[in-house]
Amino acid sequence: MAQPARPRAAKKPAPASAKASPEASAKSGTGSTGETALPQGGVAGDDASFALRSLQQAHANNKRFDASDEQLLEFYEQMLLIRRFEEKAGQLYGLGLIGGFCHLYIGQEAVAVGLQSALTTGKDSVITGYRDHGHMLAYGIDPNVIMAELTGRGAGISRGKGGSMHMFSTEHRFFGGHGIVGAQVSLGTGLAFGHKYSGDGGVCMAYFGDGAANQGQVYESFNMAALWKLPIIFVIENNGYAMGTKVSRGSAETAFYRRGTGFRIPGMDVNGMDVLEVRQAAEVALEYVRGGNGPVLLEVKTYRYRGHSMSDPAKYRSREEVQEMRENHDPIDGAKAELLKRGVTEDKLKEIEKAIRARVGQSADFAESSPEPELHELYTDILVEQY
Amino acid sequence: MAIEIKMPALSPTMEEGTLAKWLVKEGDVVKSGDILAEIETDKATMEFEAVDEGTVGKLLVAEGTENVKVGTVIATIGGEGEEASAPPPAAKAAEPVAAAAPAVAKPAPAKAAVSAADPEIPAGTPMVSTTVREALRDAMAEEMRKDDRVFVMGEEVAEYQGAYKVTQGLLDEFGGRRVIDTPITEYGFAGIGSGAAMGGLKPIIEFMTFNFAMQAIDHIINSAAKTNYMSGGQMRCPIVFRGPNGAASRVGAQHSQNYAPWYASVPGLVVIAPYDAADAKGLLKAAIRSEDPVVFLENELVYGKSFDVPAMDDFVLPIGKARTVRPGKDVTIVTYSIGVQYSLEAARVLAEEGIDAEVIDLRTLRPLDKAAVLESLSRTNRMVVAEEGWPTCSIASEIIAICMTEGFDDLDAPVLRVCDEDVPLPYAANLEKLALIDASRIVEAVRKVCYR
Repeated sequence: MAQPARPRAAKKPAPASAKASPEASAKSGTGSTGETALPQGGVAGDDASFALRSLQQAHANNKRFDASDEQLLEFYEQMLLIRRFEEKAGQLYGLGLIGGFCHLYIGQEAVAVGLQSALTTGKDSVITGYRDHGHMLAYGIDPNVIMAELTGRGAGISRGKGGSMHMFSTEHRFFGGHGIVGAQVSLGTGLAFGHKYSGDGGVCMAYFGDGAANQGQVYESFNMAALWKLPIIFVIENNGYAMGTKVSRGSAETAFYRRGTGFRIPGMDVNGMDVLEVRQAAEVALEYVRGGNGPVLLEVKTYRYRGHSMSDPAKYRSREEVQEMRENHDPIDGAKAELLKRGVTEDKLKEIEKAIRARVGQSADFAESSPEPELHELYTDILVEQY
Repeated sequence: MAIEIKMPALSPTMEEGTLAKWLVKEGDVVKSGDILAEIETDKATMEFEAVDEGTVGKLLVAEGTENVKVGTVIATIGGEGEEASAPPPAAKAAEPVAAAAPAVAKPAPAKAAVSAADPEIPAGTPMVSTTVREALRDAMAEEMRKDDRVFVMGEEVAEYQGAYKVTQGLLDEFGGRRVIDTPITEYGFAGIGSGAAMGGLKPIIEFMTFNFAMQAIDHIINSAAKTNYMSGGQMRCPIVFRGPNGAASRVGAQHSQNYAPWYASVPGLVVIAPYDAADAKGLLKAAIRSEDPVVFLENELVYGKSFDVPAMDDFVLPIGKARTVRPGKDVTIVTYSIGVQYSLEAARVLAEEGIDAEVIDLRTLRPLDKAAVLESLSRTNRMVVAEEGWPTCSIASEIIAICMTEGFDDLDAPVLRVCDEDVPLPYAANLEKLALIDASRIVEAVRKVCYR
């Protein structure tokens, strides 16, 4: 199979727009120039304007996104693609075709699909941690190059040099793929800083887990994001376990949507097992953030069916707990039931299932049959320039 | 068609395991998520789930079997609505895919066709006496005028005009959008800077001193230095981390450390440590223009010293090139940063004794200008490395290793190093003086390598 055309980034990117963000606050705080500066955060007297649950209330008033049949079908397809892709990745891992760490997204599909379907690809930016395959698929990135990265092949999206945890697509403004727990929160705040600096109207969506939510740099980032009113949605994917540690054993405050309170960041508590609830929450959050009001913190409650990574025997939770989530709260089953209720036929869904299995099978074939990177690639991409 | 279920690898290192227990029997109907078996690995007992739906055909490996190789077919599952059948008898373990790479000759990494030299300074160019502090500020201001993507962020860089006044005047000229005071939160703003660089901006992140960058070193190394490689060249991080480095004066152990060897050991970073004002200006401009992450190490003790800087419109120096600051024929002193000052002092003393010392300022520590070091050694055959920093795993260690491996035949004496004492820096004036390098120690080492 031909290697997809994926040119390296241009040598010198064009300078960004010189214009300041139009919604930059006039509260410059520097007093030195007339130029728009970053706002200097809330001041006394602003208390009335901040209510932790203001957005939660808006969400509660209208919980579910009013999706058309086509939209719901699309969400269903995307979630199913992630599920089947991840199952296949698990199989290939078992066969020794994928090595090292491999963190599967099975069970959490509604989060990435619900949120990213609300973004504008190419304008908004996305960043996440090491459990990143689902977010990439939800962004429409080619499964072939993702699977080929998992098998460490030269046709992989990172030329086989990143692996499961380190994948990027600057074309989609998907910024990875980061293996240090919590690092993506500061980096994402930097992406949001860039949106505001260049005035491009974009919003950054930065995903992290309930475990990462205890890292110090998360709060350093919350502080600056709120202080400077940066366009960012912090998404805590609370799947109940930080690796093997149940949330209640690792967190003094387990209501993660409250974690922004000390920084005047409004929080929302969202059911992550229903793609339409997730999508509706994204609508509320995006409206607030695009309005120049600064960050929002979404706690999306979800569940991972598989272990933290492939070598996790998952003895920290009962089989019944997993089965209960699978049988009664599965986001894909939920969407399927709703589609059937809306009159989509079983045959149509079977056809979709078949097509997705074929697509995933094709990506696995591609990933298995593509050659490993050329040996000289060991020494490329260390520095961009030559000195 | 029947699906073959193979012995799975359940950890990054597993090669074989024990099939402890079957939880299904032949003829059972299973669906995705059902547990098929328990498998013991070297680390734990794991449950092995079905991915596909179907009817269990043959169980080919009995429970209790030990040392089942990964990839061995252990069972078959018939697809929906079909009878499971045994696999062809010749089913064999999956072949290992990633065989150990054969030893290959290291291909020469791509090289610049011609090493860049310092730009010619046209005759008659006026020289302007400039402090290092002003030179650094001028470099930032010039690059900020040229490119709107460049901005400065750090503690006290804007309204306070810089803790060491390096950013003096930048807020007035460029405003609060591009000269940004941060809270005291190094890890956070180093990450924000790195993210902004990944998104297409060109940040200059000032650390009040590099001692505080230890809080942020994760982003410098894991985020900034490795991204280009990990993304296969797709995503870069053009950022400059700058600030004073090394011992200042009487500020104690936590505020007095040279991080040059730390950063210079990391592939993916460029590390620059200039001494005089012209190099500070020309190299900082080059660092800001670079598409790579740069760690730019300054020295507080020389901020106020004045040097000649050529009055040119665009004075940019090449990264990766050492400079001979004093030519000589008897011995080479290799040094950088404030070590240049002590080495020049030592060379003056040595000249009176009839020893003509060449002083080489490395300027860039990664990539290191090996060629300049070896070329000088080939002429003088003797070398001393002077470094204001600890001796163990130092830049001096690296220079000595280079001379041993690539310049052995040119050596008439062992290369000696003059470094700080191997202790945390004390506060007491007399002890501090005792701990740090000075010209007299360099003189003494040079006498030794010259057998005088």
